[in-house]
Amino acid sequence: MNARTLRGKVAVVGIGETTYYKHGQSPDPEFKLALKAILAACKDAGIEPRRIDGFASYSDDRNDATRLAVALGLPHLRSATMQWGGGGGGCCAAVANGAAAIATGQADCVVVFRSLNQGQHGRFGQAAGAGAGAATVSGERSYLVPYGVISPPQRFAMRVQRYMHEHGVRQEALRAIAMASYHHAQNNPRAVMHGKPLDEAKYDASRWIVEPFHLFDCCMENDGAAALVLMDAERAADCAQKPVYLLGAAAGSGLRFGSHAHNSAEYASANFGVVAPDLYRMAGLGPKDVGVVQAYENFTGGVLMALAEHGFFGPEEANEFLRLENLVAPSGRLPLNTSGGNLAECYMHGFELLLEAVRQVRGTSTNQATRNDVALVVGGPMVSPVSDLLLGSKAVL
Amino acid sequence: MKNESSYLPAGLPIPVAEADGLSAPYLAGLQQGRLLVQRCTHCGCWQFGPEWICHQCHAFDPAWVEVAPEGRIYSWERVWHPVHPALRERCPYVAVLVELPQAGNVRMVGNLLGDPMQDVRIGADVVGVYEHHPETSPPHSLLQWRLR
Ligand SMILES: [Zn+2]
Repeated sequence: MNARTLRGKVAVVGIGETTYYKHGQSPDPEFKLALKAILAACKDAGIEPRRIDGFASYSDDRNDATRLAVALGLPHLRSATMQWGGGGGGCCAAVANGAAAIATGQADCVVVFRSLNQGQHGRFGQAAGAGAGAATVSGERSYLVPYGVISPPQRFAMRVQRYMHEHGVRQEALRAIAMASYHHAQNNPRAVMHGKPLDEAKYDASRWIVEPFHLFDCCMENDGAAALVLMDAERAADCAQKPVYLLGAAAGSGLRFGSHAHNSAEYASANFGVVAPDLYRMAGLGPKDVGVVQAYENFTGGVLMALAEHGFFGPEEANEFLRLENLVAPSGRLPLNTSGGNLAECYMHGFELLLEAVRQVRGTSTNQATRNDVALVVGGPMVSPVSDLLLGSKAVL
Repeated sequence: MKNESSYLPAGLPIPVAEADGLSAPYLAGLQQGRLLVQRCTHCGCWQFGPEWICHQCHAFDPAWVEVAPEGRIYSWERVWHPVHPALRERCPYVAVLVELPQAGNVRMVGNLLGDPMQDVRIGADVVGVYEHHPETSPPHSLLQWRLR
């Protein structure tokens, strides 16, 4: 029987992004940003854009596949997939969905992307999350919003507080995660926080957003677009760049994780309890094989729990493991968010993390990790569903 | 004029039942000063938030039963950054997640009454306080918590 796996079947052949902007500051409308990122990714791959026959995205991206196909004059659109739910938790699943279309013969060349212009469409999450101006609220939010639990950090802080309580994790562990992102952004000229270093005193003095999250524990808000091009492994070998192969992909959610009023069975978690084992199983790899990690920081506390759930340390070892020197390229124990990530490069809803993982495997990051043959991307901790990916070089296959 | 009977200022969205009425018994219960939680009559499973089916045995229409508003703090947060205009002058405030041991450890989010800068201890026993808002349209009630 054929193993049901994406391992080695599909590769990233091109990556592209626009300039990254602070929210509302993009001079281009959202659809134009998407087109720019897609064409940049095709150029990087050295392919004619008319070879694209599929699109995949997530987080209710507004730039739909048909309009993109029309605008680009594509002769044949085959696959158009959107990951349900989870906001940024879909960033890796979108790649997996596009790859699945290729591996099963439904498409040959799929572009996966995320595009965002909040000046044009309003702030992400604001209309749905805050309900500002709404007179009434029902469903899941009716158990939270009247008590002032409204925005994403307010919805997630209690998960992290409980985890820190259960395992004795100190604030310094969250600080180290934030500092690693800012440290790497200082070498990355694309990063919005390039030239704005963060030290311990600045973190400690920053205002609380909601305890246990300081300002620097929370992701930025940005505009821009990022895209990558997928092809099957055979065609990938003919492209301009060294192919970066999908080794494993997993998405999903644990028991009742999205249950209302914070009633998930594994409440103090990032929701990778059942997802990470699927990922490692498909890849035939374990945490010891991973050389570099890009982990979605909606909030640092989600990274803390997600890294533990991916087996890099036990919860009781978090204080010892999560120290800045362990998290920085080139040779920390686990270089983390080497472009600056959601905290300091650009909050492209995690898609910038995918591009950075590809750069790491290619060996072209501005913060290149010594161990770079296997890169992990972790998408959207604490939401439902979450997703993650393992990418690797030909040597790993 | 500070409204002493309300933990958070007026102006936050009012909880109402979904169009299909799923949470209507819970919300109506709060207005009567009663805490209602779903409990499946077939398998005894407690469930919150409400759903049309028991997640354990898949029997439809779990029953609503009244439970005492008593629990203990499972987690908490102190909110400093206001994200709603009504809260602009009201930060910090404390939100707590309370588990109800007498109802299968289902959990509810509310506010912890008292000094917003008080030390909050996970595991502390709390008792529910109904906060009625007859003046809103439609009227509504919230369930808040104070240390026992
Ligand atoms: Zn049942």
